[in-house]
Amino acid sequence: MLTIDKLEVSYGAIRALHGISLEVPDGSIVCLIGANGAGKSTTLKTISGLLRPRAGSIRYQGDEITHWAPKRIVAAGISHVPEGRRIFADQTVEENLRLGAYSRRDRAEVAKDLEFVYELFPRLRERRKQLGGTLSGGEQQMLAIGRGLMARPKLLLLDEPSMGLSPLLVREIFSIIQTINRQGTTILLVEQNAYMALGVASFAYVLETGRVALQGPAKELASSSEVRRAYLGG
Amino acid sequence: MGFFQMLVQQLLNGLSQGAIYALIALGYTMVYGIMRLINFAHGDVYMVGAFCGFFLTADLHWPFPAALVASMLLTSLLGMIIERAAYRPLWNAPRLTMLITAIGVSLFLENLFIVLVSPDPRTYPAGVLPQHTFQFFGGVRFTLNDVLFWGVTAVLTFGLQFFVQNTRSGQAMRAVSFDSDAASLMGIDVGQTVSLTFAVGSFLAGAAGVLIGTVYQIDPLMGIMPGLKAFVAAVLGGIGIIPGAVVGGLILGEVESLVSWAGFSNYRDAVAFIILILILLVRPSGLFGSTAKEKV
Ligand SMILES: Nc1ncnc2c1ncn2[C@@H]1O[C@H](COP(=O)(O)OP(=O)(O)O)[C@@H](O)[C@H]1O
Ligand SMILES: [Mg+2]
Repeated sequence: MLTIDKLEVSYGAIRALHGISLEVPDGSIVCLIGANGAGKSTTLKTISGLLRPRAGSIRYQGDEITHWAPKRIVAAGISHVPEGRRIFADQTVEENLRLGAYSRRDRAEVAKDLEFVYELFPRLRERRKQLGGTLSGGEQQMLAIGRGLMARPKLLLLDEPSMGLSPLLVREIFSIIQTINRQGTTILLVEQNAYMALGVASFAYVLETGRVALQGPAKELASSSEVRRAYLGG
Repeated sequence: MGFFQMLVQQLLNGLSQGAIYALIALGYTMVYGIMRLINFAHGDVYMVGAFCGFFLTADLHWPFPAALVASMLLTSLLGMIIERAAYRPLWNAPRLTMLITAIGVSLFLENLFIVLVSPDPRTYPAGVLPQHTFQFFGGVRFTLNDVLFWGVTAVLTFGLQFFVQNTRSGQAMRAVSFDSDAASLMGIDVGQTVSLTFAVGSFLAGAAGVLIGTVYQIDPLMGIMPGLKAFVAAVLGGIGIIPGAVVGGLILGEVESLVSWAGFSNYRDAVAFIILILILLVRPSGLFGSTAKEKV
């Protein structure tokens, strides 16, 4: 579904990605793990068009989308739930969700998806009239994911959805990620919580300072001594 | 007239001046909200609006309402051109670069108009508006012109509020103001939204320019002082906050009127800057600004 080839991205003079290649097959969950500053968020931002690569290509469902504007990428079915949630704190939960569907004109289908998101996250329905900024961290993460789903994506990019959440909430979020995937959405998951991510993904890439250091089926990586030492605490 | 009548009279005068400040302040605050830029050329857009109204009524003999609307459309076009030509190329440059560019655009427009229309002051044709003075409450007066100022300002500010709260484009504007990257990820075209914001802000400034032309002389430098004062009004209300700009503008108009009445008319212009200093010292986020940071 998504194929990235030798992607290079810089912030001014600072090179963040040194030619990474990766593949996300249709229907799968692929995870991208690595330490802080490895280039995980940069990869996602480049896919969604917020950053322009210096070189390399991004292909999605047969189209070369490397230089598309974010608006066109969203319309093509890629939804990016950014690191730190980035919800619109001054707008209500429901307004946030409706903004997620901004690119869509099929009102009846949007209403259905709103219902779907509320079923997935009943707490959001309870708080639908509340301002986004008044939600707890876990609820904000749910809102961010729900908002991402409102675009009805074929490919969902999730950047550290477990960040700052209690272990209980982390488990809840990961189980929802699996539910979303079972319903047919392909997922590229970025995580520092390698243990949880390797548990749900089928394939994994390990980034180190802008390069793919390791890759393989998630189960194999989870049992590899290298990964255990570096990311799973032994 | 007794003291109380005179007070009411001053408040009414202040309301008309305040309406002009409010209309200009809205453009400052919207542009600041969306791109963190103090658009110093905004006062000059107001000046251009006044001249559009002048040429349409004096030379082309258009009826006033048509001239008003056409001038607003012309200034919104000017706003979009300024944004595209001067600011868009600097999106990734430091904010200071853009601020200096704004001052450059301001000087450019002022000097362009000095060359194009001469520095001489002009007056809108007599009879461009019917004249009528109303009296009530034992001698308090206001004119049809005042009614026009209040009416146009009220319609435009409520219209703007409706637009921002209830339309798709307004929703996009709010989202971009809050977090432009997050808005991009929703599929909102940030460039188009910024362009629209300049158009709307300049539309309002154009209205203010034509209104003021019906009561005062106009000249190419007329935008400088009202521009600065409207900026103060926007800061007073909380820069980036739409209702704040209106309230800030009205307060500034009233304060100036009362200061003149109290016999300090020489200090009329200084008052705005005293307010600016006070607000920056005491409450930099403005009357309507929240001091609390949002939750992380
Ligand atoms: N806006 C930015 N400006 C300059 N450098 C940046 C910026 N964002 C990220 N970087 C740098 O790019 C590298 C990769 O960052 P990032 O993609 O955020 O890593 P990760 O998401 O894996 O923690 C880091 O060295 C970081 O310092
Ligand atoms: Mg990151």
